Amino acid sequence: MNSLLPYIPALPLFGFVILSLFGRRLSKPVTAWLGAGTVCIAALITITVALAFLQTTPPGGAYSQLLWSWFTVGNLSVDISLRVDALTLVFIFIITFVGALIHIYSAFFMWHDRDMARFFASMNLFVCSMLLLVMADNLVLMYLGWEGVGLCSYLLIGFWYEVPSNSRAANKAFLITRIGDTALLIGLFLLFKELGTLNMNAILQEAPRHFTTGGSNIVLITVLLLVGGMGKSAQIPLQTWLPDAMAGPSPVSALIHAATMVTAGVYLIARMHGLFQLSPVTMAIVAIVGAITLLVAGCSALAQTDIKRILAYSTISQIGYMFLALGVGAWSAAVFHFFTHAFFKALLFLAAGVVIEALHHEHNIFMMGGLRKRMPEVFITFLAGAAALSALPLVSAGFFSKDAILWYSWSSAGGSALLWFMALVGAFITALYSTRLMLVVFWGDMKTPVHQQPDRGMVIPLVILAFFSITAGFIEWPHNMIHLSLFSDHVQQVLPGTVMKENLPPEWLFQAIAAVVTLLGVYLGITLYYGKSGVRWQQSPPLAATREFFFSGWKFDQLYNFIFVKPFLFLTRINKSDVIDRMYNGIAQASLRLNGWFSVSQNGSLRLYIVGVLAGILFIITLQLLL
Amino acid sequence: MVITRYHPVHALLYLAVSFLSVGMIFLSLGAPFVAALEIIVYAGAIIVLFIFVVMMLNLGNETAQQEKEWLKPKVWLVPSALVLVLLAEMLLLLFSGNQQVMQVSQVDPRKVALSLYGEYIIAVELIGFLLMAGIVGAAHIGKHRKPSLHRFLQNGDAEKERASALQQETIPNEQTVLHD
Amino acid sequence: MTDSVNMVLMVATVLFALGLVGVLTRKNVVFMLISVEIMLNAAGMAFVAAGSKWQQPDGQVMFLFILAMAAAEVSVGLALVLQIYHQHKTMDVEDLKELKD
Repeated sequence: MNSLLPYIPALPLFGFVILSLFGRRLSKPVTAWLGAGTVCIAALITITVALAFLQTTPPGGAYSQLLWSWFTVGNLSVDISLRVDALTLVFIFIITFVGALIHIYSAFFMWHDRDMARFFASMNLFVCSMLLLVMADNLVLMYLGWEGVGLCSYLLIGFWYEVPSNSRAANKAFLITRIGDTALLIGLFLLFKELGTLNMNAILQEAPRHFTTGGSNIVLITVLLLVGGMGKSAQIPLQTWLPDAMAGPSPVSALIHAATMVTAGVYLIARMHGLFQLSPVTMAIVAIVGAITLLVAGCSALAQTDIKRILAYSTISQIGYMFLALGVGAWSAAVFHFFTHAFFKALLFLAAGVVIEALHHEHNIFMMGGLRKRMPEVFITFLAGAAALSALPLVSAGFFSKDAILWYSWSSAGGSALLWFMALVGAFITALYSTRLMLVVFWGDMKTPVHQQPDRGMVIPLVILAFFSITAGFIEWPHNMIHLSLFSDHVQQVLPGTVMKENLPPEWLFQAIAAVVTLLGVYLGITLYYGKSGVRWQQSPPLAATREFFFSGWKFDQLYNFIFVKPFLFLTRINKSDVIDRMYNGIAQASLRLNGWFSVSQNGSLRLYIVGVLAGILFIITLQLLL
Repeated sequence: MVITRYHPVHALLYLAVSFLSVGMIFLSLGAPFVAALEIIVYAGAIIVLFIFVVMMLNLGNETAQQEKEWLKPKVWLVPSALVLVLLAEMLLLLFSGNQQVMQVSQVDPRKVALSLYGEYIIAVELIGFLLMAGIVGAAHIGKHRKPSLHRFLQNGDAEKERASALQQETIPNEQTVLHD
Repeated sequence: MTDSVNMVLMVATVLFALGLVGVLTRKNVVFMLISVEIMLNAAGMAFVAAGSKWQQPDGQVMFLFILAMAAAEVSVGLALVLQIYHQHKTMDVEDLKELKD
């Protein structure tokens, strides 16, 4: 099995190299086969590895393969070395499997785009980088993948670069994630300084011996790592890039900005759990950041009209759930939510892509409507996705994962009533906006005619994803119902179990509350948006103001504009005359003046020069004689 | 006397005398090999080179006349005073050092040769480079002139021959050292 | 024989000073070159004297180097003199001020 590991990232890399070198000369079918095929083969290999892994757990709990030594500097030696343990297995399964479905979908979706080769090259490079990120066994290689996915995200957001706003969105995403990346890099430096190694296993083994729990070093390091994760995973306050990132093609949004890349932060924290456990402060910060993010993003999603922006905000919100789970120490619940979320969010984005395509690139949900009859397949799959998103009890995968998070946010040692309540409100809002989205898009009158039906190749991935959106949750049941916990058993080979409080109220109570709240959200959505009733309700002035506030994503962009951009512009304006450059100009002018004086002596008279030399010698010898 | 002559050829004759006397001093210091070289290379080759140039440039009585005009007390007084100060300081330094009694003995060419091709081998090679560069430089500078003035072209060739002749003279000397 | 070595060094010093005066006072480039030869000779003499004082061959080796260096310098210098004369029709260094700022 070890020997198969390198092929998983190498195949997409191969596709990227071929496509970027010969992309222009290849015909479209070849491009599509190459782009999607490499990822599909990688997915097959992954499934083989996963089956082998599940049958017999390898010694040490991981497959690992040392490819070659990258570089050695001082006592830091970095290897290109892959390691697949239970946690990584979940991630590479999602990346390759969902990635393969999205690639197949893209082959049809991008068929008419003239830059298809560029698209697939970037997508393949992305898959490769993401696989490196999760398969790396040291943090340097992981950072390589980390930056690689950032690059591909930039390339793909700005894929239709002819439109200026797209390039601006790409720049914004790149700059904001860069803040996080820088923090992560500093964190890695500190970690190396403290522990002298960047190998993940070594770090996890070494850390408890080296750091004291709650010491300032470990807090600083974990906070820096957390900021890195927040940047990539679009958590408050670095979340503003993700809604704008929807400028890219829909498959990109599905793959990068919903299913995989944005969960890199979750992966990082889950992987470095040993460090975070040593710093309760950071854990609390993670939980609070997650909770605030899920509420803020959920409210923003309520007010959006652009279908992709709704989904983007809901992504932020769902990743907020994952952070919340990580923060309260429910590692396996976080990863489980990632697992289910990847399916239904990819599904929703792909279905949204179909809808947008069918309606002449119409993004506004209020210009859609009545699609239930015209596009039945899309309707059914979208319904499955929305049900999972709003976590309808028992029939959707989202329920199982989100319920676990809700339960742990109260019951685990790091949890509290407030966190639980915030998560509960978040669940309510999620149900509300999912219902709103469904009703506005698929019910009501048809406002824009459907001009084309989706290709069969685009529907099949949708159906597969819908299947998993419903069933993926069944492998992990709450403890009090059916005692089936395949997923957490699997993941807990790597991640520690959750520390629970004592004297807890019964779990079924929480499940009932969560289910009721969700259904309440759905019901409220139906009353508000079904038929004509919603229109009147929306016109009242205070609600309109709130709506406006939510619509702009809680004014975070304006806030940043005010806090960072304006002062920066102000500084640059007053610095137009170059205060600091004055100094250097002064030096330059002084030397020019000196040059003016000295050039008088440069009269070309050789004898005068020799007299100068002689005078110098005399001066030195006299000095020596006198001293 | 060399530096005060107005006529170049006179000055060169005095220079030859100076070289010969320096050679005698070397002999009295116990360095016969160096004395021989002094006479062969300096008094022989270099003086000849100067004389060639003087002949080529046709520096004769007019030059001497010109020099007479140039060499006014106003011109040489200040530099001479400066140099006198330097001389005084250097002599002072010379005599302020402790005076150890040292036996002057003959340093035979064998030791010179062994040292030259032993510890100084790199320097010998560098000097070889320098001479090479001198030849090439002289040839290049001598060649670079207007094609119409063919008289100077001949001069350039002559100059080149001088330079190479000099090289030929220097190297065999070093080789003699080896065989001595 | 100390006196002898010191005398030689003195002679070398005087010779060097004379060469320097020559370089400084003469305007004719040929004379300046001749004076430079005198200075080099003085330096070589000082080396040989020092070598014989310490009874080492190094002084003579250095003299050999100075000799070779002087030979190269003279050949290049005289080629330059020829060139200068042909281009400017003068030997006066005071007239050669093209490098002036």
